[in-house]
Amino acid sequence: MKEIKVLGSGCARCVKTAELIRMTADECGASVNITKETNPEVIMNYGVMSTPAVVVDDQLKHSGSIPDKKKIEEWLK
Amino acid sequence: MLSIFTKLADWLAYSVMGFVPESRLGGSVHFFIEDTTKIFFLLVVMIYGIALIRASLNVERIRDFLAGKNRFFGYVMGSIFGAVTPFCSCSSIPVFLGFTSAGIPVGITMSFLLTSPLINEVAVLLLLSLVGWKISTIYVFIGMAVGIVGGIFLDLIRAERLLQPFALKAYQTAKVPDSDTKPNSSLSIAERHEFAKNELLEILERVWKWVFIGVALGAILHGFVPETWFAENLGSGRWWSVPLAVLAGIPLYSNATGVIPVMESLIVKGLPLGTTLAFCMSTVAASFPEFILLKQVMTWKLLAIIFVVLLTSFTIVGWLVNAVYVL
Repeated sequence: MKEIKVLGSGCARCVKTAELIRMTADECGASVNITKETNPEVIMNYGVMSTPAVVVDDQLKHSGSIPDKKKIEEWLK
Repeated sequence: MLSIFTKLADWLAYSVMGFVPESRLGGSVHFFIEDTTKIFFLLVVMIYGIALIRASLNVERIRDFLAGKNRFFGYVMGSIFGAVTPFCSCSSIPVFLGFTSAGIPVGITMSFLLTSPLINEVAVLLLLSLVGWKISTIYVFIGMAVGIVGGIFLDLIRAERLLQPFALKAYQTAKVPDSDTKPNSSLSIAERHEFAKNELLEILERVWKWVFIGVALGAILHGFVPETWFAENLGSGRWWSVPLAVLAGIPLYSNATGVIPVMESLIVKGLPLGTTLAFCMSTVAASFPEFILLKQVMTWKLLAIIFVVLLTSFTIVGWLVNAVYVL
């Protein structure tokens, strides 16, 4: 079970990012728990300045754009 | 080169749709067709072209550059970076906190954040093509001046005291970020193309409706407001027209892309340049939705101060330009 957090202030791209991860996880049958983190303090503590950003098991993997599918698949392995 | 859009509009509005060039509606329709086609063409070409060049410049690098720099230099650079970085209000909070937690003074961060919505490459290029280089230069100069002076003022009153407690703590315990850990920025052509393509789609998605609204308003002004109305009623002799224009801009919300076609119309109709600039800048920069966002990191008091600083500087700038620049 992977803990995935999508960091972002609720903008359209953050919502899309979360959806894309959900979809990809369903496709490859990975079990994940996706949450959206909008608290600016938490986002700051990850050192993120460009959103959406993705944190997998407490490790910052990506920031500044909607990640592409290949990248997401790698995180889910 | 851009006259091709005038010809396109001539053909569509007058030959195909059959409007009479001298009629009010004909003038409006012509303006709308010419400006929307021209603006979208410019947007696509320019956003893509500039994004190719800018692909390796990201906020992390800007932060590292600004952290630990000389104060005055910092305001100017903050403002310049604000001008060249594309801005989405949804990233203002993370950027603010990222800068603050790297120990960059609030004033320098605000120089960045205040200039950012006012000036960007899209706005500048639209200005150049719609209102000419003189007014474009004045616009850019004023936008940066407002950002720089606003930033200096905020540091003079020690604005960091008025941040939300967690942001203040982050500022006080800041350390200069370690740039070695940042990913390398030499990008391949393919990566640059990918970045530019995404940038183009994202910005277009965000601004297309503003272009239509802005041009439609501009077109209505262009066709239906009598030539001398502005000069007679809001001419430069009337000092109160500038603060009035600034106040009128507050409830109106648009980004720079949408306001520039309106600006074009207002200037052509003889509204004094200072009044026009004051109105447009107030529309772009002093908008409630974006200010409310900043509440997450600031107290109401600081928000109110920044708001008043903006309104005051737009008013002063409007008066100055009206006094100096007579069309």
